[in-house]
Amino acid sequence: MDHFPTNWGRPRNDAQDLYNTYPLHQRPNNTPKDVFADGVQRTQQPIVTGTSILAILYKDGIMMAADTLASYGSLSRFKTIQRLQSVGENTVIGASGDMSDFQYVQSILEELMIEEFTANDQNELGPAEIHEYLSRVYYARRSKMNPLWNSVLVGGKKDGKRFLAYVDLLGTTYSASTLATGYGAYIALPLLRSAVEGREDELTEEQAQKLLTDCMRVLFYRDARSLDKFQIAKVTDEGVVISDPIKLDTTWGFAEKIRGYGPQTQ
Amino acid sequence: MFRNTYDSDNTVFSPQGRLHQVEYALEAVKQGSAAVGLRSKTHAILLALKRSTGELASYQQKMYRIDDHVGIAIAGLTSDARVLSNFMRQQAMSSRMVFNRPIPVNRLVSAIADKAQVNTQEYGRRPYGVGFLVIGHDKNGPHLYEFSPSGNSYEYYAMSIGARSQSAKTYLEKHFESFTDCTLEELIQHGLHSLRETLQQDKELTINNTSIGIVGPAGTHEINVAADGSFRILEGEPIEIYLKSMIPKDAPDAGEGAAPAAPAGDEDVQMAE
Amino acid sequence: MTSIGTGYDLSASTYSPDGRIFQVEYANKAVENSGTVIGLKVKDGIVFAVEKLIHSKLLVPEANKRIQTIDRHIGMATAGYLADGRQIANRARDEASNYRETYRTPPPLTELVTRLRLYVQAYTLYSSVRPFGCSTVIGAIDKNGPSLYVVEPSGIAYGYNGAAVGKGRQLAKTELEKLKLSELTTREAVFEAARIIYLVHDDAKEKEFELEMSWIGDESGGIHLPVPKDLHQEAEQKAKDALENFD
Repeated sequence: MDHFPTNWGRPRNDAQDLYNTYPLHQRPNNTPKDVFADGVQRTQQPIVTGTSILAILYKDGIMMAADTLASYGSLSRFKTIQRLQSVGENTVIGASGDMSDFQYVQSILEELMIEEFTANDQNELGPAEIHEYLSRVYYARRSKMNPLWNSVLVGGKKDGKRFLAYVDLLGTTYSASTLATGYGAYIALPLLRSAVEGREDELTEEQAQKLLTDCMRVLFYRDARSLDKFQIAKVTDEGVVISDPIKLDTTWGFAEKIRGYGPQTQ
Repeated sequence: MFRNTYDSDNTVFSPQGRLHQVEYALEAVKQGSAAVGLRSKTHAILLALKRSTGELASYQQKMYRIDDHVGIAIAGLTSDARVLSNFMRQQAMSSRMVFNRPIPVNRLVSAIADKAQVNTQEYGRRPYGVGFLVIGHDKNGPHLYEFSPSGNSYEYYAMSIGARSQSAKTYLEKHFESFTDCTLEELIQHGLHSLRETLQQDKELTINNTSIGIVGPAGTHEINVAADGSFRILEGEPIEIYLKSMIPKDAPDAGEGAAPAAPAGDEDVQMAE
Repeated sequence: MTSIGTGYDLSASTYSPDGRIFQVEYANKAVENSGTVIGLKVKDGIVFAVEKLIHSKLLVPEANKRIQTIDRHIGMATAGYLADGRQIANRARDEASNYRETYRTPPPLTELVTRLRLYVQAYTLYSSVRPFGCSTVIGAIDKNGPSLYVVEPSGIAYGYNGAAVGKGRQLAKTELEKLKLSELTTREAVFEAARIIYLVHDDAKEKEFELEMSWIGDESGGIHLPVPKDLHQEAEQKAKDALENFD
């Protein structure tokens, strides 16, 4: 009960507790204000970063690929970071951008999935719901001028329906049969589009895997923040499978002739 | 007029471990006119008896739409019902906004039950004085829940709340096993028969005092129903056809032997467990 | 001394002259009248079983769960006021989630029970609230293996190998004491739990009941899940058979 009559019958606002039906201690907007709020600087740039994520639809579901590198600026700082993560039985997410932000996002998704599990009512969240949720999280953070610095791909298959969509630090979302983030959006996406679009229901698992491997190889050749070790995740009716790290086979014979790389000095 | 020492507020257990204030709140539900809910494989429906204070007054509203897939019927304090139904609407909208998913019906019911529980444990707040029947459908099909001010909620095949609801319950207990395979029309007929049991003598169900709420595919007499069978409330003319389908009480094959109306203070709402 | 009419039993914040808090004792009465709940801690897991009394035949079987999940690896069941039990479960979930947020690791049950019992105890201190009218049987498999506790309305929590609360607790405890709990497997414990619930149910006096069981063990992958349907049926059938031979 609120004992201050001036607080009674406040203007109608759904964000507040309309009828004072909450006990005082759990009432919304009842937290102390941070007096130093004006002096705080929010995230201006990502620090430890992951590069591209690639994802495509194929006959049996969706497939996603990411290398295992987390860079600190141009330094290859961490070489065994997993950037693909399963969320529940039917969904996988992959993130480029700031890795600590991504790890934070992973932890809130873990909490969310535990909440769903403890409800124990067979209403688990599918890829579409998780994507919607992430888009709300990212949009809310950017609206506070305090973004989580990622581009995320969300893919999955639930109740026979494939799902693939994108969300980034601005809360922008879109969906397509081929998606890529980071440098991959420039280099790999055209390759993916020409191979996949119109053939989403024909592409076999082997073809999809080969396509992604080829694209990862192209990216490794051209993206200075990439690594020749990557993982592939697939989501089918059988659930999520994330592969162990795969090593790309690459040839560097031509490099001999490249100025600055081979033995020539000028 | 206190019945005993242990019933003046929420924060006192009686020596038997009972909470009298909560039990009195359950009595408030029985002051309201009756509502009945039942479900088949495909549909869940609500029926309610509307009261009017006089010829110049309109009939009270007994049903509320919460979301496309959920609706409620109330018995008890209408103002409490508005607070709780508003809360339910917010929960439902929040689920649609955050997950783009219709809220699972059981979670919606649990949310208000948990809210009601707080009002049974703290000083200076009274328990809510209203009971709900909640119908809704999700991927597991149609559901019917009862919510009561004690903070309990249960899923039922069929249930009735409000004044003289015991009589309706007697009807429902006798027939509920046949509800599963009923068509919508048969289900409504059963609902009307059981709602009729709650009437005072010389009263009858009319198009003015009866509300019907439905989730599930359109019935043969319905038009303009969304393909997903979302919640709708039928009132006035459209229910005439259903009222006509009722078998008169004195007919030999009437659904129920005309049981005498139970006394008003019927012991029908379970508190603990 | 007797409590009624003295005026010393109207508030949790009042002691009687001989140092008792009657409101807490009354809260225990609410637990004693409810359907039996048992928990078994065995060699490699935890089993919960509940005698769910059916107050109306209109209830949908199996829909109204009495056993709740707190975290992936933690389950609980309450006897007494059901709505109070839900409140405790919600609090336990919040505590578990809070622990995870701080330490990024699944909460050990001892820690969770410590927090939970402090919460329950707080409701025995003030006249502005009443104590919880329920006892909580809570169990988990954590980094220390299986563990099982009961949190009472007073805020006391004890660890158990076999726990029983509610109406049939005396008989259930006797039966639990006969078992070599530390040698049983979780699967075997399911059968014993079902048997005990059927044994303590008083057919003559009581309403009908439904048996609800859940487990945490190797077979459930270390997470808290309902006992699988076929095993549940098998255990239930065996329990019924045992009861007939017993009579």
